[in-house]
Amino acid sequence: MSKYLVRRLLISIPVLAGISLILFIVLALAPGDPFEELATNPNVPPEVRMNLRHQFGLDDPIPVRYARWFMSMMKGDWGFSFVSRMDVGTLILQRLPTTLWVLGLAQLLGLLVALPVGIYSAMRPYSFFDQLTTTLAFVGFSLPTFFTGILFILFFSIYLDWLPFIYRADISATGWRWYWENLRQAIMPVAVLGLFQGASMTRFVRSAVLEVIRLDYINTARAKGLSEKVTILKHVVRNALIPVVTLVALQIPGIFTGAVITEQIFRVPGIGSLLISSILANDTPVIMAITFVFSGLVVLFNLLADLLYGWLDPRISYR
Amino acid sequence: MSAPPPNGAATQTVRSAVTLVGRRPSDTLWSETWRRFRKHRLATLGAGVLIVMVIAVLAGPFVYRVPIDEIDFKAKLKGPSWAHPLGTDDLGQDLLARLLYGGRISLAVGVAAMLIAITVGTLVGAAAGQMGGSSDHILMRLTDLFLSLPTLPLLLLLVYLFRDALKKVLGPETGVFILVVVVIGGLRWMPVARLVRAQFLSLREKEFVEAARGLGAAPLRQVVRHILPNAVGPVIVAGTIDVAAAIIAESSLSFLGLGFPPDIPTWGRILFDAKDNLDFAPHWAVFPGTAIFLTVLSINYIGDGLRDALDPRKVLSSASAAEVHMSTTSAGATSG
Repeated sequence: MSKYLVRRLLISIPVLAGISLILFIVLALAPGDPFEELATNPNVPPEVRMNLRHQFGLDDPIPVRYARWFMSMMKGDWGFSFVSRMDVGTLILQRLPTTLWVLGLAQLLGLLVALPVGIYSAMRPYSFFDQLTTTLAFVGFSLPTFFTGILFILFFSIYLDWLPFIYRADISATGWRWYWENLRQAIMPVAVLGLFQGASMTRFVRSAVLEVIRLDYINTARAKGLSEKVTILKHVVRNALIPVVTLVALQIPGIFTGAVITEQIFRVPGIGSLLISSILANDTPVIMAITFVFSGLVVLFNLLADLLYGWLDPRISYR
Repeated sequence: MSAPPPNGAATQTVRSAVTLVGRRPSDTLWSETWRRFRKHRLATLGAGVLIVMVIAVLAGPFVYRVPIDEIDFKAKLKGPSWAHPLGTDDLGQDLLARLLYGGRISLAVGVAAMLIAITVGTLVGAAAGQMGGSSDHILMRLTDLFLSLPTLPLLLLLVYLFRDALKKVLGPETGVFILVVVVIGGLRWMPVARLVRAQFLSLREKEFVEAARGLGAAPLRQVVRHILPNAVGPVIVAGTIDVAAAIIAESSLSFLGLGFPPDIPTWGRILFDAKDNLDFAPHWAVFPGTAIFLTVLSINYIGDGLRDALDPRKVLSSASAAEVHMSTTSAGATSG
């Protein structure tokens, strides 16, 4: 297992380098100049601009610039935000926990919905419950998060007036009330993201369980006299989860898409909404860094999925 | 047939038999597919809804002749009425007219991005599957790399960096359209590439391809005439789903205010403008949102129906089943 872990870790490095290379090429190909502002500013003489360009190495060949940029990204030196006047790293670290908190809760909610519903409907295929949940799941993943978010706001905030639709980082209450307020404002973003994830995961779980449940060894398990509960949980689910993990891992880049949109709708102060506001404010260092952070998170979560995969299916780690 | 004209009734019969045999299977293949497709009731319903929508956005503006940008402050933020069947926005512009016009763009983006995605995907997948060896390895690593890119942030980054330059060259509408289509299509070819490669790997060992090879068909002919036509099923399914995914991606961009400019009311753009007025003009957001949802749902159901129809073997080998399944579910993935 540890050998497998090391091998997976080593594979992630070229992936990360590849992603960063794509990002860097995009930036290098883009029209416009980071010093455009200085160029149009009459108070800055051209020789100062040239000096600055030279100092920042903008005239070096692209491979050199890429290597330098990648090294400084790895060292955690992510530049300086034009707009917030602070280190990009600090800025992102302030926002990252909120994003991870909302995403984590949403994933948890998705799993809590998908596992029981998917398993139960696969145990009784084409029953009323199965048809109902299959249809709901289909509707669920065809509903884009931005529309679900709007519908939730319309229903729960405006019509029923139960939940706040603006997420606030600075809740003044203390003690239990603070926890309560935080929970209350997290309900809608988490539900929107979690139910969306849950809908597609339900489909994965259902079809994976259906594949496994008709295999001969399940009949054997039943014939041995194992209870239905043990058969399903120990024999069916564990094996059915193997393809599910792969599929969920492939969904990971999509999860961050959902996170950006949800954060924007509910004004959750995470890195997704920071990305949007930086784009609107032309804050290039922050935009680059956040895209890089998202890529890093994708690689990290893929790594975790791989480890989980190796644990569920020990044959993988010996290959 | 370029053979010299043969004489005699016998050859004539053989010839007509050949045309018969040559024609029939392809005819029955598609009518068979259509028959199986119709069995999927929701897919048929989805196809109906989609056809109605396409006709509405194509013919609608000619029938319903209210301009999309007529400003009328007396009628602003009104709910549905006879004068404005779907109500008006904050400038008193007619929402039905805007939805019909925006639908054209949303659907066109979906179809164009899908075409790019399946073209690139088929080329990469076919190249990898046919050449094998180290080119296959490199192409597949590249596919994996693209699969782990965070789509929306990258989409936003690309639009942010290239929007102004393209607008200058091609004008606001065409510039943004081309940018959005190329970027969305260019970030969605990977599932198709994997599918096509998997098909190639299994098909090129099949007897009929071996027969073609044995008869001396050049590699290009083997690919174009024998392998590709048999690999087309899963590509059609993936392409259908890609239309839905691209529509969601464009709507997401516009919803974030970073897609089309405000004078081009795509469905996502209307939602973006509407979202700050939810408490007193809910209709403004509900109608475009429903339009997106219905379109995506219909397309996803059509994809589901096509998958059942194009794959007669219900029991797939587990690998290809997972692949097809993956591409089906990834329509949601981009919408997040």
